[in-house]
Amino acid sequence: MARALINLPKTAKAGDVIAIKTLIAHPMETGFRPGADGRILPRNIVTEFVCRFEDEEIFRAELFPASAANPFLTFTWVATRSGRFSFTWRGDGGFDQTETASITVA
Amino acid sequence: MSTRSGRNAVDRRRVLAGAAGATLAVALRPATAATLPRTETTESAIRRFAGDNPIRPGRVTLDLPPLVENGNTVPLAVSVESPMTPEDHVRRIGVFNEKNPQPNVVTVHLRPGAGRAQVSTRIRLADTQRITAIAEMSDGTYWSASADAIVTLAACLEG
Amino acid sequence: MPRRSGMSPPAALLAILLSGALAEAEPIAPADRRSGFDQMSPAIQAMQRDDEANPGLLAVADGAELWTARPPSGRPACSGCHGEAASSLRGVAARYPAWDARTERPIDLQDRVNACRREHQGVEPLAYESPDLLALTAFVAVQSRGLPIAPPDDDRLTPARRQGRALFEARQGQLGLSCAICHDDHWGRRLGAAVIPQGQPTGYPLYRLEWQGLGSLQRRLRNCLTGMRAEPFAYGAPDFVALELYLATRAAPLPVETPAVRP
Repeated sequence: MARALINLPKTAKAGDVIAIKTLIAHPMETGFRPGADGRILPRNIVTEFVCRFEDEEIFRAELFPASAANPFLTFTWVATRSGRFSFTWRGDGGFDQTETASITVA
Repeated sequence: MSTRSGRNAVDRRRVLAGAAGATLAVALRPATAATLPRTETTESAIRRFAGDNPIRPGRVTLDLPPLVENGNTVPLAVSVESPMTPEDHVRRIGVFNEKNPQPNVVTVHLRPGAGRAQVSTRIRLADTQRITAIAEMSDGTYWSASADAIVTLAACLEG
Repeated sequence: MPRRSGMSPPAALLAILLSGALAEAEPIAPADRRSGFDQMSPAIQAMQRDDEANPGLLAVADGAELWTARPPSGRPACSGCHGEAASSLRGVAARYPAWDARTERPIDLQDRVNACRREHQGVEPLAYESPDLLALTAFVAVQSRGLPIAPPDDDRLTPARRQGRALFEARQGQLGLSCAICHDDHWGRRLGAAVIPQGQPTGYPLYRLEWQGLGSLQRRLRNCLTGMRAEPFAYGAPDFVALELYLATRAAPLPVETPAVRP
């Protein structure tokens, strides 16, 4: 399990546009870089990030070797009702991790 | 040390001024992936994203530092003018590069519930180059913005 | 001039320029001390400042978890003896390197963490630059964030402090450079495209963009020594601890910034 940090407000008023910031530990090895022995290190990247609110997809990103290590992604969402977000990162080597966070909307 | 034209001309940098007041210009070239073959041209990747549709400059704002201290991690922000309503919103934003081995940087898919078309991330730049962001709107139109970044190299590296 | 092998063109030119430099390096007065933070671009400064975006905080979060993990020996976790880190460790990192009574020599923070693990937890020391050692050290250091660096005013540290200063000011390596020539005498000017910082270690362990991860002060110093075409000291070498001690004295009272972000 990679370390992931998710930041979003715990509470919001209906109609507020909130910022969601996500950060996950991952080397994002490009597949273009030689290792110490001179041979190219195999690609190992996160290829997809999906955020859902109560099972409805609200944001998706396709990542490539050009994404920096420890991928950082921020996006926005209009607060409508209380509920749970899920954040899923998938990538090479079967990488598949989901984190969740809740929000209370007045 | 050759002189290079256009936006690469800023490779020359002043090194320390010695006691005699002499200045020296040194062309310091970061290790570049320019010698690596590209998997695909930028043009081709953009065509795959936008099809045959015309891409107009405008409505997109791309924030990239003009001078990059280290190409490994470069903050990038994209925003698109859009009310983000079900009738009028940004569907996708594709970001493309010119000099990395692969032309895609990131592609995001948005929903009207985002409220704003505003995303940020961190990217890798193999060399001084132009980055282009293209937004696909819900009405099927495509809009773009580009930004140039000069990539320098930190001193005293690992090996 | 004849081309010497192993030297890159900018470094060779630097050597010519500096062959006439002052023999006596003048250390930086406390009022003039500046963190490398000041010389970074706004974008990277923002990356460090934002606790919701600083990539070094991934390791700090790992350290927080290690802090409460019971070791396989059955002895207490760090929190078992130290309790809440935010209160018990506040100010600790700012006072390192310190004098270790048990070994009768100076000790830096990462060696202190390992000493605790060995003596009080009955576990093997963590390897230098291992993710766990970096995470724990970063977690301890972040509890002093914002506090002024203040190495102990302990006479027993004086010989090591002097040795550290001597290392800082000695010419070494193929280029005949010393740390002081760049970082005391020419900070603020440029070497290639990079601005020369004073070299104040205010934010270690830090996230170096070049490493794409967290690393220790010793790792950075090894990069410096390699850049100078000098032989890097081994991790944990007494020379390193002496140098770290001098650097801490030289940095006081700049505030701790761990986890810093640097190019």
